[in-house]
Amino acid sequence: MLFRPNPSLGVPIYLQLMDQVKHAIETGALRPGEQLPGIRPLAEELVINPNTVAKAYRELEHEGIIELRHGAGAFVSRNSGAKKLTDKLRAAQTTVAAAVQQLRAEGLSEEEIRRLFEAELAGLGRSGGNRE
Amino acid sequence: MSERLSIETSGLRKNYDGVEALRGLDLQVPAGSIYGFLGRNGAGKTTTMKVLLGMARPSAGAARVFGLASDDPGASVEIRSRTGFVSEEKSLYGYMTVERIIGFTAAFYPKWRRDLEQRYIRAFELPLDRRVKALSLGMRSKLMLLLALCRGAELLIIDEPTAGLDPAVNEEVLQALVAYVSGEGATVFFSSHQIGEVEQIADRVAIIHRGRAVVAGALDDLRERFRRVQMVFDGEAPAPAFRAPGVVRAQRNGRSMTVLSSAGADAVIEEARAWKPVSVDVVPVTLKDIFLETVREEQ
Repeated sequence: MLFRPNPSLGVPIYLQLMDQVKHAIETGALRPGEQLPGIRPLAEELVINPNTVAKAYRELEHEGIIELRHGAGAFVSRNSGAKKLTDKLRAAQTTVAAAVQQLRAEGLSEEEIRRLFEAELAGLGRSGGNRE
Repeated sequence: MSERLSIETSGLRKNYDGVEALRGLDLQVPAGSIYGFLGRNGAGKTTTMKVLLGMARPSAGAARVFGLASDDPGASVEIRSRTGFVSEEKSLYGYMTVERIIGFTAAFYPKWRRDLEQRYIRAFELPLDRRVKALSLGMRSKLMLLLALCRGAELLIIDEPTAGLDPAVNEEVLQALVAYVSGEGATVFFSSHQIGEVEQIADRVAIIHRGRAVVAGALDDLRERFRRVQMVFDGEAPAPAFRAPGVVRAQRNGRSMTVLSSAGADAVIEEARAWKPVSVDVVPVTLKDIFLETVREEQ
């Protein structure tokens, strides 16, 4: 199975599912024009709420990553949205990789790095400082 | 998105012999949702279900199912005809065989779903010729669920559907509930002590504590709103007095302070900035943490 959200992560399942769909598109596991699993079969297979799958698909459609065709199901967008996103994410990945590598070299643990990223995302631009 | 409510209670109270089982319970269960109802033993979960089904009369406040008042005898008959209920007692006629009890139950319900019956007999691998009293707990639970699912009910009210089940049967039961909601557009309202399974299949939850809903809403909203903020200070942490809304709990311990917020981390951090913390960490909070924090008795 391509998708496997973890319900006890504290991160909304629809966001995890969105990330996993995006990742599948990035890696080429899902290609433009290809069909995604239907809401109902996917909910039943993953044993998660069908409304959660529907929400993830709606948001992905809103971001232009997939298209919901009435009665036919969900398809990976053919337009450049997915491609552009892939390129953008690739570039971002390089930036992140460099930052992580540098922090590791400075002796920070994986957990510490993860927390720093989370704190930054939560809007604490200036929280820096030393624990010691 | 439809916001038609399958269940609504407001200010619901129920006293039994001077004991306040429900003390102003407010619940809103939208049609088409899978609603997880969490609470410690004795919090009022079973009482709530009994009131919804007209098996107990509220002392005050109102309970509506499909918009019908549950304490009106006429309405209660209609509510029960449109609702499948599985109680935690799982009592059945033990002398009947599985096949007999399915046929016996089907006769009461004009909308009985023969197709679902056949599907679940196969999926649950139920032994048709065995007597009910000789069934394992897992088999008995699956049989009870089958009887509730095949009635063609719009609403399932289930008291601890997976209590005592092994992980494989547990998953089968959850799968059946998900399939029922996605296939039939029905609503499921279930109580559970298994927070993991609530996180897995529910889109809405309520945590009931001492007869009141202390947390209620869409699970995704709760996941996005609840945050734990951990701060470390140069010297002794200041007294954690917050004006920020949504602070559930704030504790200090030596140089560190931990704040649980139900309204995101930003306001807490903004307020704490004046105390000049040397480090601030924000971590997401799991439903289990939310549960444990909100039902903890004040010391």
